[in-house]
Amino acid sequence: MVPRAEFRSYYGRPILKKPRWKAPHMPGYLYLGGLSGASSTMAALADATGRPRLALTGRITAAAAGTAGAGLLVAELGRPERFLNMLRVFKPTSPMSVGSWILAGQGGFTMAAAASAVTGIAPGLGRAAGAAAAVTGPLVATYTGVLLADTAVPAWHEAYRHLPLLFAGSSLASGGAAGMIATPRGEAGPARRMALLGAGLELAAAGALERGVGLHEHPELIAEPYRTGRAGALLRAGRALTVAGAIGAVAASRSRAAGVVAGLALTGGALCTRFAVLYAGHASAEGPKYTVVPQRERRTVA
Amino acid sequence: MSNSLYGPLPDVAEDAGYTDAPERRGFFTDTSVCIGCKACEVACKEWNAVPDDGFALTGMSYDNTGALGASTWRHVAFVEQTRPRQVGDGSDTRWLMASDVCKHCTHAACLDVCPTGALIRTEFATVVVQSDVCNGCAYCVSACPYGVIDRREDDGRAWKCTLCYDRIGDGLEPACAKACPTDSIQYGPLDELRERARTRLDALHEEGVTEARLYGEDDGDGVGGAGAFFLLLDEPEVYGLPPDPVVTTRDLPAMWKWAGGAALALAGGVALSFLGRR
Repeated sequence: MVPRAEFRSYYGRPILKKPRWKAPHMPGYLYLGGLSGASSTMAALADATGRPRLALTGRITAAAAGTAGAGLLVAELGRPERFLNMLRVFKPTSPMSVGSWILAGQGGFTMAAAASAVTGIAPGLGRAAGAAAAVTGPLVATYTGVLLADTAVPAWHEAYRHLPLLFAGSSLASGGAAGMIATPRGEAGPARRMALLGAGLELAAAGALERGVGLHEHPELIAEPYRTGRAGALLRAGRALTVAGAIGAVAASRSRAAGVVAGLALTGGALCTRFAVLYAGHASAEGPKYTVVPQRERRTVA
Repeated sequence: MSNSLYGPLPDVAEDAGYTDAPERRGFFTDTSVCIGCKACEVACKEWNAVPDDGFALTGMSYDNTGALGASTWRHVAFVEQTRPRQVGDGSDTRWLMASDVCKHCTHAACLDVCPTGALIRTEFATVVVQSDVCNGCAYCVSACPYGVIDRREDDGRAWKCTLCYDRIGDGLEPACAKACPTDSIQYGPLDELRERARTRLDALHEEGVTEARLYGEDDGDGVGGAGAFFLLLDEPEVYGLPPDPVVTTRDLPAMWKWAGGAALALAGGVALSFLGRR
């Protein structure tokens, strides 16, 4: 229980602007980008270790999820017809600029790899593109942690250590889920292990975030939006789904049906996590106490 | 060209790549003489052709504007306080009025995070949105530690105070400063304004107005000092201003380190999963 924060404000109004990023676009993109990223790395390794069905699943998932995610990003712009302005500069101080370039690479590589895998044309080039996507993939899945953290929103900014790890875990689980759903049991072993590892990391990072473990200033207060309201409910639902999915992933070595159900549960868990992060940011920006209390204390101590 | 993300910056325009830039310009808003007339809000709207921001009544005070936003580039806050007073005419009520505006930070988070280059540093070291470039990604909206810039939903782009870029280039003062009847809003070279503000602060302190303080004038603060700074008569949060804002990109190197680590963890996790035979 967080003690009632004593603070002054301008008629209780927020200091920060509520993020314009909204559902389902932003959390949908976070999920799809993560899925694409983990799937492209999975595909490259499946290909290298002689698992053609898993490789095909990974290649197609990576390309489809990347394209759909980019579509959501464009749709969220105030001026979607100007989306190409994202690529008129490369700006290291802007995680969105860096991310746009990473995503452009990921999109090109995964499309080429998937097209080659499906049509059988230019297998050498397809394999090279797939290898490149295995490198851009993990970046696409985790740069979004910086994207959100590089804002003034306390619940996002202060969580700059947690968010990339949360997204890495969630993406790993999502990629594993896709592998379990679309690949026969015999080849899906790595997907099951990805699902388990990812679920573990996702649960650990989300749990730390909820309790404020590892947050520096006023951990309980800053983490409050992750425990309460819509974000809190979604994070708890996500945890239940992820735990169920992890258990299912263990059973999936014996049953294909269990693999499909586990995959769906993990996907649901990953989506809940992403929506929770968005809504926690909204609540954090809209509550003046989250901005004022830690800053006031800094002033008093200084 | 240096690439500093944080801390004092002696020459902001030069850091942005200008040579022979004019003196840094800014606003000094002395709220101790603000009468809450809102002429600044009106003048800003008229000169900049800013559309209406709603005709709602807030019901909380004489302030029916509420906050800065995409279509509100000057906002006059109105605070009514009732508290026991030690000195004065026996009244226990005071009104605080303050005209808020974009701070034109030395380290501007909005500018740092803008992915298109729509937000630029001008030769006057002010921060301006090029509306023909902005694609409405809204990153700046979440990055601003003061909650200044916002996206206009009907046209999809981000808007904020330009410090009347089109006027100051011609040697005119910004519309709000021009219209201010009490010189609460003063425009000029930032160094001059800071000197004037310190003189004013000393005078107020001598008169016994001990609660007077400057806000945003310190190069050592979290945004490297603001181009638009204030003299306030109470804590900043009372006016809706953050007490200790920090440019979010200060922590960017640490953020990328953690993201890089997470990317390696993800790649390692996938690799680990392929170690088994089945």
